[in-house]
Amino acid sequence: MEALIRMESVVKVYFIGGQEFQALRGVSLTVEPGEYVAIMGPSGSGKSTMMNILGCLDKPTSGRYWLDGVEVSTLDDDQLAVLRNQKIGFVFQSFNLLPRTSALENVELALLYAGVRQQERRRRAIEALEQVGLGDRLQHRPNELSGGQQQRVAIARALVNHPRLVLADEPTGALDSQSSEEILALFQTMNDAGHTVVMVTHEPDVAQHAKRIIRFQDGHIVQDHLNEQRRAAPAAALGGARHALD
Amino acid sequence: MPLTETIRVALRAILTNKLRSALTMLGIIIGVAAVILLAAIGNGSSLQIRSNIESLGSNLLQISPAAAREGGVSLGAGSRPSLTLADVNAIATQDPAVAAVVPVLSISAQVVAGPNNYQTSIQGTSWNYSQVRPTPVSLGRSFTPQEQARSATVAVLGTTVQQALFPNGANPIGQTIDIKGVPFTVIGVLQTQGTAGFANQDDRIIIPITTMENDLDSVPFVNQILASAGSPEEMNLAQAEITATLRAAHHLAPSQANDFQIFNQATLLQSLNQVSATLTTLLTGVAAISLLVGGIGIMNIMLVSVTERTREIGIRKAVGATRGVILTQFVVEAVTVSALGGVLGALVGILGSGLAGRLMHTPAPVSWPSVGVALIFALLVGVVFGVYPARKAALLKPIDALRFE
Ligand SMILES: Nc1ncnc2c1ncn2[C@@H]1O[C@H](COP(=O)(O)OP(=O)(O)OP(=O)(O)O)[C@@H](O)[C@H]1O
Ligand SMILES: [Mg+2]
Repeated sequence: MEALIRMESVVKVYFIGGQEFQALRGVSLTVEPGEYVAIMGPSGSGKSTMMNILGCLDKPTSGRYWLDGVEVSTLDDDQLAVLRNQKIGFVFQSFNLLPRTSALENVELALLYAGVRQQERRRRAIEALEQVGLGDRLQHRPNELSGGQQQRVAIARALVNHPRLVLADEPTGALDSQSSEEILALFQTMNDAGHTVVMVTHEPDVAQHAKRIIRFQDGHIVQDHLNEQRRAAPAAALGGARHALD
Repeated sequence: MPLTETIRVALRAILTNKLRSALTMLGIIIGVAAVILLAAIGNGSSLQIRSNIESLGSNLLQISPAAAREGGVSLGAGSRPSLTLADVNAIATQDPAVAAVVPVLSISAQVVAGPNNYQTSIQGTSWNYSQVRPTPVSLGRSFTPQEQARSATVAVLGTTVQQALFPNGANPIGQTIDIKGVPFTVIGVLQTQGTAGFANQDDRIIIPITTMENDLDSVPFVNQILASAGSPEEMNLAQAEITATLRAAHHLAPSQANDFQIFNQATLLQSLNQVSATLTTLLTGVAAISLLVGGIGIMNIMLVSVTERTREIGIRKAVGATRGVILTQFVVEAVTVSALGGVLGALVGILGSGLAGRLMHTPAPVSWPSVGVALIFALLVGVVFGVYPARKAALLKPIDALRFE
C-alpha cells in the first residue's frame, strides 16, 4: 500500500529581522493510511511548523513531500486549496470557527467549497454534528458553546468531507480533562473508522491514545516508536514507518 | 461555489456590521442622489428658460433697426430709425412663411389717474399683437380692429401699472387715465407675465398704434416689428423672406448692408440650450466627484474589513476556499454595498428632486438617463474600489492568515 504521507529531508527556515532560523532541520517521515500518530516535544521544537507543512498550509523551504502520492510542491495555491478541502481535516488548539456563524454553517463551510449542493450539505453537516454529539446545538454560535463543544464542532467540520488525513495541533490544549477525554474518544472513533490521525500534544497521557509516538527536538525527530502501552496496537502500523536522525 | 452562495456570504458580512455598512453606503447614497438631483435641477431650469422664451411667443422673429455707425463706431441696435408701418404691411402681404406681424412703437411717459401718477412705457401696436406675443387679459378686453381703425383712446394696463395707478384694488375698467395730457379709457388689464426674458412685461400700457401716432408721437417710424413664423420649421424661411422684403422696401443695393436686424428666437433657444447643457454637465461632474469619494470610502472600509477578518479568511482557505472564491466574496461584498447605496441614493435623488421642485417653484423633472448613469457608475465604483482589498484578501497565505492576531 502507498504511504499517505512521505516526507524527505524537509527543512523550514524562518527569517526574522534578517536572521534566519531553522524550525525544521531535515525531517523525513512516512505515515501509512490508518495510523494514529502523536507528535510530542518541547515548546519551539517545530511541531506546529511540521503540522502546517503536513496540512499544506505552508510550504517547506527545501525537501520533498508527497501526500497520498501527489508531490505537493508541484501544486499551485488553488490546487492546494482543493487538496486541503478533499484530503485534509484540521483541528486547531484555538478551534478556529467562524465567529457569529452557527455550528451548522461552520460545518457546512467545508462542503460549500467542495461544491456540494445546499440540501445535501445540510444533511451531511447535521449528520457530522450528530456524530460528535451536538445534534441539539445546530444553531448555536461559537460564543454560545463551551470550549469542548466548539472543538467538537471543529471536529465535525474536519470530518464532514471524509478526509483521508486528520491533523490536530494540540486539540485538547485549551480543554479540561473531561472535555479532553470526549475529544480523544472522537479521534479514536475516527481512527477506528479508517481515518489517519496525526496529533500534536504536550500531555503524555493524551499521547498514550495514539498507536505511534514521535518526539521532536530542535527541528529534528529524535524518537519514533510504537506505543507499547497501548493495548492491541497493530504491529503493521509501523511497517512502512521510518525516521531519520541527522 | 455558486454565485448565489457568494452573495449570501457577502450579505451576511454586510448585515453583521450594519452601522459601518450604512456609513459606507452613505457616501454612495449622497453621490448618486446628488447626481440625480443636480441633473434634475439643471434639466428643470433649462425647461424653465425655454418656456420663458417661448412665452414671448412661439416662433418669434424680432426685427429692429440696425445699429447706426458713426466713424466706424456702432451706436447700438435701434439707434437708426428705418422701420415703418409700410414695412409691416409689406411683410404681411408678401411673406407666406410669416403667420402674423405687428409693429411696436414705444415711448416713455408719465401717466396720471386721479391723485396717482406713474412713469411707464407706452406701447402702440396692432389689435392682433397677441397672435405674435401671447398677452391674455385678466380683466376686460383688448382693443378691436375697429377701435384701432378709428384711433380710439383706449388702453390696456400691465399689472404693475394697474397697481401703481389704482392702488386700492379699485376696478380700473372704464376709468380714465391721462397719458401726456390725452385722456384714455382703460378697457383691460393684462395677465401677470413676470420678467420674461429681459424687461418687466407687466410695467407697460398697450394702446392702438394709430392712436399712438395721432395723439402721442407722430414720428413716421416704429421701434420694432414682431413677426411669427407659421411653424418652427419655417423660422429660417420666414427670416429670409422678411430680409428680402425689407431690402426691397428700403431700396438697398446688393452691396449695401441691411439697415435692420432680425433676431431669431430659435437661435437664442439653441444657444441657451447649449449653455444649460454645459451647466448640467458641470453640476453632474461635481456630483460624480462625490461618488468617487464615496468609492474611496468603500475601499477604505473594505481594507479595514479584510484586515479585521484575516483569521476568517485563513479559516476559509484552510477548509478549501480558493483565491477566486475569496476574491469574489469580497468584490461581491463591495459591489453589494455600492449597489444598495446606489438604489437608496436613486430613491433619495428622485424624492429630493420632487421636493426641490416644490421648494424652488421650478420644475425639477428627474432625468432617467442620469439615474441610469449614476447607478452604473455606483456599481463600477464598487467593483473598482472593491477589487484591490479583495485581491489583498485572496492573496493572503493561509498560514499567515490563520496565525494573524
Ligand atoms: N512565522 C514564524 N516566523 C518566524 N519564526 C517562527 C514562525 N513560526 C514559528 N517560528 C519559530 O519556529 C520555531 C518552531 O515553532 P513551532 O510553532 O513549530 O513550535 P512548536 O513545537 O509548535 O511549539 P509549541 O509546543 O510551543 O507550540 C520556534 O522557535 C518559533 O519561534
Ligand atoms: Mg505549536
